Amino acid sequence: MTIQFNDETFRDDYSFYNSERAIKRFPFPFHEDSYMYSVNMEQHRGGPMDSVYEKRFDVDEHYVAEMKDRAMVLADDPLRCQSLPHMTLAGWDLLELIMVSKSEDYPDLFELHRDGNKWRWVNKPLGIDDTFTFLDDTTLPYGPMEYITRQAQGDFCVLDQRDDNLWMDAGMVTTQADWSLDFDIGMNFFEWHAPVPLAHEKGIFVRALKFLLNIQQGAPARRLNWTMTVNPLLDTSPENYHKWGIQKTTLTPENIGTKQHLRVELQTFFRLPRSNALVFPIRCYLCSFQDLMTAPKWGRRLHRVIRDLPVELATYKGFIDNRPMMLDYLSQFDDGLPTSPGIWPDLDTEPSLQK
Amino acid sequence: MSGAEKIAVIVTDIVPLNDLVTRFEFKPIDGGLLPTFSGGAHTVVEMQDGDITRLNPYSLMSDPMDQTAYAISVRRDDEGRGGSLFMHRNVKVGDKMTISYPVNLFSLDLRAKKHLFLAGGIGITPFLAQIKQLERLGGNWELHYACRSESLGSYVDELTSHHPNETHIYYDDQDQKIDLLNLLDGQPLGTHVYVCGPKGMINWVRQTAEGEGWPREAIHYEEFLAPQPGKPFEVKLAVSNKVIQVGENESLLEAIEREGVDAPYLCRGGACGQCETRVIDYTGNFIHRDHWLEDDEHASGEKIMPCVSRFEGKTLVLDR
Ligand code: HEM
Ligand code: FES
Repeated sequence: MTIQFNDETFRDDYSFYNSERAIKRFPFPFHEDSYMYSVNMEQHRGGPMDSVYEKRFDVDEHYVAEMKDRAMVLADDPLRCQSLPHMTLAGWDLLELIMVSKSEDYPDLFELHRDGNKWRWVNKPLGIDDTFTFLDDTTLPYGPMEYITRQAQGDFCVLDQRDDNLWMDAGMVTTQADWSLDFDIGMNFFEWHAPVPLAHEKGIFVRALKFLLNIQQGAPARRLNWTMTVNPLLDTSPENYHKWGIQKTTLTPENIGTKQHLRVELQTFFRLPRSNALVFPIRCYLCSFQDLMTAPKWGRRLHRVIRDLPVELATYKGFIDNRPMMLDYLSQFDDGLPTSPGIWPDLDTEPSLQK
Repeated sequence: MSGAEKIAVIVTDIVPLNDLVTRFEFKPIDGGLLPTFSGGAHTVVEMQDGDITRLNPYSLMSDPMDQTAYAISVRRDDEGRGGSLFMHRNVKVGDKMTISYPVNLFSLDLRAKKHLFLAGGIGITPFLAQIKQLERLGGNWELHYACRSESLGSYVDELTSHHPNETHIYYDDQDQKIDLLNLLDGQPLGTHVYVCGPKGMINWVRQTAEGEGWPREAIHYEEFLAPQPGKPFEVKLAVSNKVIQVGENESLLEAIEREGVDAPYLCRGGACGQCETRVIDYTGNFIHRDHWLEDDEHASGEKIMPCVSRFEGKTLVLDR
């Protein structure tokens, strides 16, 4: 399979777009007509062909553009990438995991040639061909985590595991939903989750942490999370809130279909072998309301989910003010028919819109 | 299936080290590479002992970066339920066995400025892998290793010849004893202490270090409990709707598995918390042996760790 990489931007003129293929494989996050926080974790061992779950690290048409956007964010703000000194070994673990996975899963795009500790890495989409010594930091232009995550879509948190907790001791975070690595660095699982409403009371974080501490080598896991973003922005960080927060007020009934995006994070969890750290890649997928509405099931369901979402969640996710306008738009795509269970669009079996 | 991922291996070498300890080496059957691991990790070895499937955890002692083979050292326990006896008596070079992916419940704290290792007897094994890891990374470490006698000092020669400055050996039969207070006192700021050995040694080190004001997170220990034999008892499994008998020489977890009920586990030694099971009803006494539950949880009668704990009494109903 060869991928045609989009020439597109996630800022200024927002030329980002999804091809028909990208819309079909969009990870729609709602398996039923309502939503509440839960410990929604499952094994990450592949998935249906061509779905975003199929490979360990999904590479899609946005790859090259996303990596350009990351480089721009880092040039403006180097603190988006940080690694405490004891996390260098975990950085090498991550580099190995990504290089091995991508070269096995996308042999036409990536190659890894290993001769003992002498490694050669070829990244064709980004035009990289580097030779270096594994575990020798001086042979790479950046630290190992920064080097490889400049070439991998999605944010990465690398968590040290000690004292029955996880610690945010390293990360590459440029495509986040309004949280800051620079603020969270060195915090533990409960500390960085403190701002989340309702989930603490439901005991979700205690159970989630237990699950994560026991994730073992060779048995990765995954979950989905979601929020809303006006304009296809990757960098919705607190650091740049002054730039993107204001854009939420530019939404109108006329432009909402193209401007309002559902933002879905495919979050995966891998145990890293040499360091015993845990890596948490957070891969962000954006899809405009208009494109989502091409699947009748998604149109019906998104309306119901957004309508019935608890106020606390809509507020935390930052779209409480725009919710009435969203519902006006989405209600046009809800004819009241039942929806089939599961997240898949079921384009062949779901009836088209009856209104 | 519960537990970590499995690897099919072949026994490629068996080396008796002394009267009690034998080393086993495993290579993958398919000729491929084994996963790398972090020092302190263990693997769970599956033994087909007649009708009984035994699953015993052993620390990996080989070089964590060596993906061609894993090595473990097994100390023969003549009083135990037979896992170590099976390894010593029945396992031969060329045998096919199943082991688990590495699981680490005793990992190095890589923030430490120095790693101070205290080993007792067979407790040396996780440190052998950690030392190899630190040597590669240029870490700062020191080992104090207590053995019963020279003849039972597994790996003493190897350690003292490769690392004469870092290694300190103590023989019980020569009345040599680790001078713990002074040792702890003389450590640079940022040192972490790790202890692996018999229960008494672990308690001694933990209590002394805590008494000397060492922060809890700088004290690391690992003790695998082998499940102990005990009186047979009967259990009702409420979810699977079965009444099962736990025999004298099997653990509650093994009995549950024997009946075809899938139950979660990782370490099988009372340390990881995976097998925690809710008690629905009971009349009798628990024999709690795990390190996982807190004292008040043990007293509550609401939870049991079936990998190592047992029960004596009339009724026990579990949420499984
Ligand atoms: C180690 C892996 C994880 C990391 C690094 C992580 C990190 C984060 C961060 C930084 C936030 C934003 C908090 C803020 O507002 O500042 C967040 C939100 C959240 N996390 Fe996690 N998380 C992890 C695992 C999990 C797991 C396993 C769950 C399972 C239930 C979970 C549930 C949530 C929820 C429900 C939110 C609120 C999201 C929303 O409504 O948009 N997290 N997480
Ligand atoms: S299996 Fe680890 S505590 Fe029981």
